[in-house]
Amino acid sequence: MHRKTITEMSASLRAGEFTSVELTRHFLERIERLDPELNSFVTVTAEAALAAAEKADQALQSGAASALTGIPIVQKDIFCTRGVRTSCGSRMLDNFISPYDATVTERLLQAGVVSLGKTNMDEFAMGSSNETSFYGPVRNPWDTKRVPGGSSGGSAAAVAARLAAAATGTDTGGSIRQPAALCGITGLKPTYGRVSRFGMIAFASSLDQAGPMTRCAEDAALMLQAMAGFDERDSTCADEPVPDYSAGLNDSLDGLRIGLPKEYFGEGLDPAVAASIQAAIDVYKGLGAEVVEISLPNTGLAVPTYYVVAPAECSSNLSRFDGVRFGYRCQEPKDLEDLYKRSRGEGFGEEVKRRIMIGTYALSAGYYDAYYLKAQKTRHLISDDFKQAFEQVDVIMGPTSPTTAFALGEKVDDPVTMYLNDIYTIATNLAGLPGMSLPVEPVNGLPVGLQLIGNYFAEAKLLNVAHRFQQETQWHRTMPENFA
Amino acid sequence: MSLDRSDVEKIAHLARMSLDEAQIDAYAKDLTNILNLVEQLESSDTDQVEPMAHPLHMAQRLRQDQVTEDNHRQEYQVIAPSVEAGLYLVPKVIE
Repeated sequence: MHRKTITEMSASLRAGEFTSVELTRHFLERIERLDPELNSFVTVTAEAALAAAEKADQALQSGAASALTGIPIVQKDIFCTRGVRTSCGSRMLDNFISPYDATVTERLLQAGVVSLGKTNMDEFAMGSSNETSFYGPVRNPWDTKRVPGGSSGGSAAAVAARLAAAATGTDTGGSIRQPAALCGITGLKPTYGRVSRFGMIAFASSLDQAGPMTRCAEDAALMLQAMAGFDERDSTCADEPVPDYSAGLNDSLDGLRIGLPKEYFGEGLDPAVAASIQAAIDVYKGLGAEVVEISLPNTGLAVPTYYVVAPAECSSNLSRFDGVRFGYRCQEPKDLEDLYKRSRGEGFGEEVKRRIMIGTYALSAGYYDAYYLKAQKTRHLISDDFKQAFEQVDVIMGPTSPTTAFALGEKVDDPVTMYLNDIYTIATNLAGLPGMSLPVEPVNGLPVGLQLIGNYFAEAKLLNVAHRFQQETQWHRTMPENFA
Repeated sequence: MSLDRSDVEKIAHLARMSLDEAQIDAYAKDLTNILNLVEQLESSDTDQVEPMAHPLHMAQRLRQDQVTEDNHRQEYQVIAPSVEAGLYLVPKVIE
């Protein structure tokens, strides 16, 4: 059952081959048996899942079901879920039972999904390896000595190991696409504002965006359909119509113009990964696409720009965690300042503290122009690069990550080396564009992700481009042996 | 750019965050490395460039000044560390 895609599961549920309760039990049994090796879950909500599955079976019987009704999925533990702990991977929120649902949570539940639980993640989504979580690192199902990527590492590992049919993730600098690449699944970061951020714990508000993490593009289309759309509770949510994401999946790619930015194929890219990406591009040529070499000349500024903008916004967003209204409070504070300082000092992990301090410094008196203002200007340069590129091409392609999954512990002590891992994904967030990662030919048994970048609100085009590739190849169907 | 112990202590105070004494030197080193990475921005010419305030250049949407939510105080206070009579408790601020 777990090997099926959402579309296949949905058909089986309708044909009566199995019920949602049976499917849910099957996944819960897999989680119990296999997850101790991966640590991809923070919380498993077995009882609530079975109750939702029963309801889904009734809806299926009565014909009031959507394509997602009865499908067991998991939520990244950054999305508030009413009555369930929402930890964001942090000691700060270890005791936080959310009093409300995020819009993403609410919309997926309305669509009839069964939520199996909450997945592990880098603390407050700050990390690229899932090693900064208060609940310990997640391991990659393709090789448990390696990282799954981050920050949505639990979601990626759970989908790759078939512990759930699909997952939600969030992406501030690559946090959906990079773990999707390293775990061999399909991940989509929509256009900034496409999906509501209400109830999604904020990291960097001008960059954060939620999206689906799935087996294939066809499933991603179904998930995004349920997640996307205007929400008056998020003032940055785009009031743009939501197209039918499944309608154009099979559109011809004849004449599609693919831009390959030369900066994404330079120094630092593992040659074996480059060869895998090139082989994928050749598949597209076979489908009638044209390849154009393009340049995004300010690519080198993306990581430095991000490490001003994201920490500055995070230092502001995370000021709400003060030990007063919710979350962690230190023992026996001697005065209010002590309460703030120790609650935050004890509640946050090291990487979160580093980023809060960088942001605090960049925004402090006398430094604003040199850092934040300068970074918002270089951000404009990066964004203009894409604007010019999309005058020549329909979609941009390149690697999602410069290497395959690295070893646990390999980069965690050197923040700057870790940051450079996101070199190909960060620019997309700075520009607010949609991006996707899909599995291509592995290297030494480890997954490789092809990144697709589209123009604003071109999610349907990205899904079409990804789906056509997946009609020609089987990489999205391969599974890690120990979890087959 | 290089930060020393006292810089780190000052920044941590601004952020109202206690640090483990033994880790301050490590933070100084890491933060210095990150700021050195950020310094690459200085090489770009941005004299004629406007700062980018929003990825889609949208303006902040405003809503009508009307009450749209019920009072959730009770639900919210269930998860608070310390409350009394509907108020959040903190150590005494004024003697």
